[in-house]
Amino acid sequence: MEELKIELKEKIIEALNLEDMSIEDIKDTDVLFDEGLGLDSIDALELIIILDKDYGIKLTDSKDGKKIFQSIETMAQYITDHRTK
Amino acid sequence: MERCYINGVGCVSVQNTFEGNFLENPIDYSDTNIIYAVKPNYKDFIPPAAIRRMSAGVKNSVVASSIAMNDANVETLDGIITGTGMGCIQDSEKFLDKMIEFNEEYLTPTSFIQSTHNTVSGQIALKLKCNAYNFTYVNTGGSFPSALLDGVMQVKDEGKNNILIGGIDEIAEYTFKLYQAIGHIKKDGEVPFNIFENRSEGSIGAEGAVFFVLGNEKKENSYAEIIDTHIINNLKVDKVNDFIQDFLQNNDIKIEDVDTIILGNNGDINFDSYYDEAEKMFQSSEIIYYKHLFGEFMTAPSISLWVASNILKNQEIPSVLYKNNKKNSSNAIRTILIYNQYRGKDHSLILMKNV
Amino acid sequence: MKDRIAITGMGIVSAIGMNAAENLKSLKDNKHGISKIEHIDTTLGDKILVGEIKKTNHELEDILGLPSLNNFSRSSMLGAIAAKEAIIDAGIITEGNTKIGFINSTTVGGMDMVERYYNDFLEKKEHQHYIEVHDAGSNTDLISEHLGINGFVTTISTACSSAANAIMLGARMIKSGRLDQVVVGGMDGLCKFTINGFNTLMILSDTYNQPFDENRKGLNLGEGAAYLVLESEESYQKRNKEPLAYLKGYANANDAFHQTASSEQGDGAYLAMKNAFKVANMKPEQIDYVNAHGTATPNNDLSEGRAMVNIFENKVPKFSSTKPFTGHTLAAAASVEAVFSVFALRENLVFPTLNFEQNMKEFDLTPQLELEEKEISAVLSNSFGFGGNCSSLIFVK
Repeated sequence: MEELKIELKEKIIEALNLEDMSIEDIKDTDVLFDEGLGLDSIDALELIIILDKDYGIKLTDSKDGKKIFQSIETMAQYITDHRTK
Repeated sequence: MERCYINGVGCVSVQNTFEGNFLENPIDYSDTNIIYAVKPNYKDFIPPAAIRRMSAGVKNSVVASSIAMNDANVETLDGIITGTGMGCIQDSEKFLDKMIEFNEEYLTPTSFIQSTHNTVSGQIALKLKCNAYNFTYVNTGGSFPSALLDGVMQVKDEGKNNILIGGIDEIAEYTFKLYQAIGHIKKDGEVPFNIFENRSEGSIGAEGAVFFVLGNEKKENSYAEIIDTHIINNLKVDKVNDFIQDFLQNNDIKIEDVDTIILGNNGDINFDSYYDEAEKMFQSSEIIYYKHLFGEFMTAPSISLWVASNILKNQEIPSVLYKNNKKNSSNAIRTILIYNQYRGKDHSLILMKNV
Repeated sequence: MKDRIAITGMGIVSAIGMNAAENLKSLKDNKHGISKIEHIDTTLGDKILVGEIKKTNHELEDILGLPSLNNFSRSSMLGAIAAKEAIIDAGIITEGNTKIGFINSTTVGGMDMVERYYNDFLEKKEHQHYIEVHDAGSNTDLISEHLGINGFVTTISTACSSAANAIMLGARMIKSGRLDQVVVGGMDGLCKFTINGFNTLMILSDTYNQPFDENRKGLNLGEGAAYLVLESEESYQKRNKEPLAYLKGYANANDAFHQTASSEQGDGAYLAMKNAFKVANMKPEQIDYVNAHGTATPNNDLSEGRAMVNIFENKVPKFSSTKPFTGHTLAAAASVEAVFSVFALRENLVFPTLNFEQNMKEFDLTPQLELEEKEISAVLSNSFGFGGNCSSLIFVK
């Protein structure tokens, strides 16, 4: 799971163009949305695409995203449980 | 009827224009046919969380509009009006590329949202939490002139104050290749690019973001007064004389009253003849140009307004604006006329006075 | 300055008709134009419903009498057809007319052609002429040429409020004396770029759109074009033309909340409506019918509903969204709905909101469900777009 967490941090930095951040800047339990990293609803849609394209998980309701994308920890756990790629 | 003053300017262009420098050390681009803007330090103006989604055009606009508002010493606006020829074309390209590459799968919304034409106006409003009037014009060479006309009407006819107007266009690699393919932009390698001596098909492609704060209050550091502006979408070369005469007449100005005329020559052999006609009419005025320094893009008329504003304020014409770097006239500069057109369409005139 | 601007002509093409008469008949007959997409080859074809005009590009070319080699995008052809109808309806002459203007609007422009040949452009010279219409304004230019209009021509692009803003600018140009007659409105054809773009925002419905319904799932994209001819009093009186209706109020405001979503209380929408009433010198209680933006997205209908409750102080008049008939025609929406607003005034009809089943839990608002005959003297029409761009128009008899 550790490798997956690093992979996720890299993907988030790239997809959301967080130019000034490195993987060390994102802690596993940091809140991703609103406070913490300050991501918003458009970013949530980007993360949903990553889930689909890279891990084969299709989320049909964007509201589910809130729980899954709470932190790198929760994302990694969800992906581990549901990935098809 | 109020008067309309330019009370603040901000310019990001291929020259060093955002640091309040009026063409002191112009950069020579005679070996380039596609010129990128000189980038300001974006982080000085935009929080990192916002920068990450913005294309060059949007970033340049946020910077130029901030500079203009600071220059005018205003924090709130009665309106935000922009003109853009191609819109946020970098994001359009991104979205199109992905849509075609992945056959409509795995698409993300960011570049789609950023590609909408009114992104710049919307982003500025968001940043300022400004609920006021917010328009975007996307009409090729008439985009900025339309924004200007709207702004002037807001101030003169409708008594508004602090209207932000801007012209923005950005370079996108593939799109510019397409325009080269159809002869709108000069082909590579026809160096040196000299718009006066080597007229050929196409223009030199460039980009810019230029903003102004218009107001009905004359301030100590007001740049100039805009008397009138007029646009017509089609004009034959032999009607240029009438077009300009009618406009001046409607404003009780005679040809000899125009100290300086700014022309939009861009070196395109197919369309510079319009400017030749205009030039013939103003043999006793200072005749100056700007696209040899700033290149061509659909909203380049915004650069000509910036040039005129600075000339009227400084009461000096930099010699680089003349065709042969000729020594500038030492007479007072009171009335400037600007004439632009884009590939034979969207002819615009702007009449300005010193304050 | 006169306090109202005359509307002396209208033209429209949409999924429910190729001209004004056909559109009106469909509205009266409860005949919507929402279906599966036929003319675009997209992988999303089975997942969405759209308000598609069932004419191929070739058929549109034939209607316009265009040569087979031309630069008209689908949007431009729709625009040209509707604008032509408006000009003929108004009976105005374009040739040699120095005080006429054309204010168009679009979000798609020439994109349907650009996306089709995008990767082939550099190799296949025969398609390169479409690069000429890559920018929005060049499409407007083609139409103004087709219509014989030479004068003030421009294009506005502010997402879904575009045509309302075109109408607003037209009114101001007439009030300022710069123009006597102006053709104003918008056009947008369906294309893959737009369909995919909206799909990434997850706001498209796979079923018939249900505005103001508790279980609404999103919008159906549509395509269309519509134009009004606005005219000064001096001009229409001189030529003895009876106006169809008048534009009395208009305003544009910005929500300044988020790039694509509206604020919870619909602040921008509220301000636009409030300022439109100010311009019209009218009170909210004078409105007989509201043609809402009503896209059936969870976000829009909630914030628009709240804004209406606030501006009308809980006494919201009869209102409906006509998007279940036409789909959301993006830039053209406000002018399509302006035409419908004029229908409402002239026919004394309130149009229904199709597909409605259940009230939204957030407020006590039920849209108009049946076609109803009622004396209509004043109509408010709303259009709200991305970038927080909110516009409201008030039409009167």
